[in-house]
Amino acid sequence: MKPAAFDYHAPATAEEAVALISELGDEAKFIAGGQSLMPMLNLRLAVFEHLVDLRRVQTLRGIEVRGDSVWIGAGTTHSTVGRSEQIRTAVPLLSRATPLIGHFQIRNRGTIGGSIAHADGAGEYPAVALTLDAEIETLSPGGTRTIPASQFFTGMWSTDLAEDELITGITFPVAPARSGYAIEEFTRRSGDFAVAGALVALTLAEDSTIERCAITTFGLGPTATRATVVEQALTGGAVAEQDPEMVARDVLAGVESISEDLHGPVEYRKRVGTAMVARAWQRAVEEATHG
Amino acid sequence: MADVDIEVRINGTSFRRTVPPRLTLADFLRVDCGLTGTHLGCEHGVCGACTVMLDGEAVRACLVFAVQADGSEITTIEGIAEPDGTLSPVQAAFRDHHGLQCGFCTPGFVVTASAFLRDNPSPTDDEIREALSGNICRCTGYQGIIAAVKAAAGTVAADD
Repeated sequence: MKPAAFDYHAPATAEEAVALISELGDEAKFIAGGQSLMPMLNLRLAVFEHLVDLRRVQTLRGIEVRGDSVWIGAGTTHSTVGRSEQIRTAVPLLSRATPLIGHFQIRNRGTIGGSIAHADGAGEYPAVALTLDAEIETLSPGGTRTIPASQFFTGMWSTDLAEDELITGITFPVAPARSGYAIEEFTRRSGDFAVAGALVALTLAEDSTIERCAITTFGLGPTATRATVVEQALTGGAVAEQDPEMVARDVLAGVESISEDLHGPVEYRKRVGTAMVARAWQRAVEEATHG
Repeated sequence: MADVDIEVRINGTSFRRTVPPRLTLADFLRVDCGLTGTHLGCEHGVCGACTVMLDGEAVRACLVFAVQADGSEITTIEGIAEPDGTLSPVQAAFRDHHGLQCGFCTPGFVVTASAFLRDNPSPTDDEIREALSGNICRCTGYQGIIAAVKAAAGTVAADD
């Protein structure tokens, strides 16, 4: 199908973009790479009278290591993130998640800010942001704001962003020593939305006890979900004593609102989710232990 | 809904047009520029038939608005062969290895494979399959397509 008619705006700065969106009201929408928005427009699942294109806003692009964190401009494409040696070293989980997003033609256009703002429950970048306690920087006519990922994703395709608020960048912590990271997802075809996926981020203390652990499932419900209860129970324990299958079963027991879909019934998706958590846990432990 | 003036270079030729913002790049190429080699299958980014190169990067032309391509350099399937009609290595390999049946998906596959092999001239079999995973062929001709891309890469002799 063809999208409905709209007026097009392409401001040159982030300030102009938010001023414009604020003035145009809720009939206006930002468009970045458009790889999630355009299918919705083409199918007329979404209709806007105005699109404010961010393609000319140079300040939204870039990757900068700032001390113990890495800032990524919201308009940076997945391909750029995937090719970055800085990110491979500093935020390995992000590098590993990137090839799983759609197909390479999609990654050439799609942006990290767009993916976070779109907040699909099966999206890889929202799940990475949640797992690493990333911070989302925004700009609105009212000023700037920094939102922790844990407070950002409020439901399927819904976030804490105000109508006139623009994501300008996302900040990820640099991976500390003795850490391990893994993302696992199961799809029917490469590039499809995951039937179930899991991420594990693990940092060990010198005595190989668990100093920090984050376990996230995604693709199972309206948003990616951290297994906070299980994480707390594991923290402080000896990593070698944890059985991956047990960890995975505990994680899935805490995931609510798994829905049946065309991939299969709830029980099947839960089983796939359990397998993904167990695999991710094993790989993260392996990396944290042996480097 | 105001129309917008744009200028793009397509296969080396400059095109100036006035377009409605809702016009996709794919429809712009086909309808406004008469370049009907770019095919539209699904129109929502799933099938890959409309793949073109936008400033050298393979993209889905149904997921870009023509206004967003203003000032860009575009290569479509019509720009893949030499000006005298000599087939590119990818095109020749598709012909030699029967990498097409009805041909509808072929422009997307050829543009995809051309961009992929430019960036990764010696891919593994898995990398080839991964690179082609965003393009759908409904004649189920994938074996021939994969053989063609392998041959074009000059890595492994296609087992035909």
